[in-house]
Amino acid sequence: MLIDKDKIFTNLQGKGASDLRSSRSRGIWNNTGKIIGKGQAWIINEVKKSEIRGRGGAGFPTGVKWSFIQNPNIDPDLPRYFIVNADEGEPGTCKDRDILRYEPHRLLEGVLISAFAIGAHTAYIYIRGEYANEAKILQKAINEAYSKRLLGKNAAGSGWDCDVYIHRGMGGYICGEETALIESLEGKKGLPRNKPPYPVQAGLYSCPTMVNNVETVSTIPEILRRGASWFASIGRHKNTGTKIFSISGCVNKPCNVEEAMGIPLKELIEKHAGGVTGGWDNLLAVIPGGASTEVLPKSICNIVTMDFDDLCSLHSALGTGGVIVMDSSVDVVAAVFRLSLFYKHESCGQCTPCREGIGWISRIMQKILRGQAGLRDIDLLEDLIKQIPDETICAFAAGAASPIQGLLRHFRPLMLERIKRL
Amino acid sequence: MTFQFTPENMKEAKAIIAKYPKGRQLSALIPLLDLAQRQNGNWLSEEAMNYAADMLQVPRIRAYEAATFYTMFNLKPVGKHLLQVCTSIPCGMCGAAQVLKTCKDRLGINAGETTKDGLFSIVEVECLGACIHAPVVAINDDYNEKLSSKKMTAIIDKLEKEC
Repeated sequence: MLIDKDKIFTNLQGKGASDLRSSRSRGIWNNTGKIIGKGQAWIINEVKKSEIRGRGGAGFPTGVKWSFIQNPNIDPDLPRYFIVNADEGEPGTCKDRDILRYEPHRLLEGVLISAFAIGAHTAYIYIRGEYANEAKILQKAINEAYSKRLLGKNAAGSGWDCDVYIHRGMGGYICGEETALIESLEGKKGLPRNKPPYPVQAGLYSCPTMVNNVETVSTIPEILRRGASWFASIGRHKNTGTKIFSISGCVNKPCNVEEAMGIPLKELIEKHAGGVTGGWDNLLAVIPGGASTEVLPKSICNIVTMDFDDLCSLHSALGTGGVIVMDSSVDVVAAVFRLSLFYKHESCGQCTPCREGIGWISRIMQKILRGQAGLRDIDLLEDLIKQIPDETICAFAAGAASPIQGLLRHFRPLMLERIKRL
Repeated sequence: MTFQFTPENMKEAKAIIAKYPKGRQLSALIPLLDLAQRQNGNWLSEEAMNYAADMLQVPRIRAYEAATFYTMFNLKPVGKHLLQVCTSIPCGMCGAAQVLKTCKDRLGINAGETTKDGLFSIVEVECLGACIHAPVVAINDDYNEKLSSKKMTAIIDKLEKEC
């Protein structure tokens, strides 16, 4: 369990105010100029050593992602851009929202340091349109930071110029995919781009661009202040540091909580979310990392620890850390059907296998729910989820296949019970 | 019906355009459409879309593309209070269906419809990103959290009285 002094997000519950003065009293913006003074190479190396992996869902090592910008083939004359992905919309995930509204200065300090590290003088924070009030709070924090010279020219006395702007989305889950986000920021439909080129080679306006998640960026200043080895001492090798979990669904006290990476799922739910409704024995299943991760049955929930590699070894994923708990009153087949409707609605429509295939998936799921499906439909479902993700531009279709895959892997008997008896 | 920004919104529009590098004014399109929608009673008319595109000197098709892609743009008039009911799974497990039914019964309309007096519309939306406060209904910009049928009815009663 994480001890209090190792917590980074000390105002995650919003008990304190989010203004600059209160933020400073929590240690934010402390020695920012000095940290920047240590130089880009030092910062990128520290972030690498901390082994932090992206908190937006994919879990790619942030320091490694940053180091790609040091590639000598990148044109030094092009402007560089830093983008914060605040397009939170993965069902079960609401951690970034509480950073935006309760810890906006922690994010802004992270933006300045990260932008400096990758050589950007301009940063955009792409925030989902529905978070209109959160955007207002963040804008207020930006204005405060400018007025105290923490942003803008010679930001925080570092000698580095950095402008930060909010860009609000207008509804579209797919814009959380980093190249779709860039398209959207350019004013176009949020259609993911073919890679390569990666954003670091040709991103916003075809310039070198780095996109990182809100939680990742907000964690950076504290890693540099306390040291990479401190961060790496929490959790285990390649699964280091603290992580914010959103615990929702059938629990007594749904919450956002910062915990050590690798905390057992059972402990996480019982200690912080007041336990499963009706007690642990009433647990049916958990989706551990947002909708796009495989649902786990109780037998696995009993033993699994919450980190990238443990969940991966069980065919699921840590994803965003959005833990959705289902008790025995929940119809898991119906829940996964509802998720398939989500993916059907949110597919950008660019790739045929995703656009058409997810429609098929949801229609088959509906047939199963209505007791109109035969055994062949289960085979067809299995076929579809194997084929769809391989033929698309982005990982959306793989995300759409995951809940179905989990259902087939762990809850096949519940599906077979609904098969039409002939 | 011609559309143009109020002086106040024109100032805001110029501030939005200034966020992006010269020659990249297309980036301002979606924020300008949002501004236009707010001024236009929460929906985008063809005139409003044309106005935003013309202001940025980009082809009008760009505005139509964006307006039809992003779900928060309303292409026909909606009620003064737009009830966006999240029915994704965390909300669904915490009683969203009951809250949705309460909205429908209380207002006498289905999801996707507007009351005759033009005060309320209901839409079902995907995850609003407030799952730990489920079930959630966003009314215009504001989130209403941890709802029950009783709470939802009280909110609608209050909004009706204010009108």
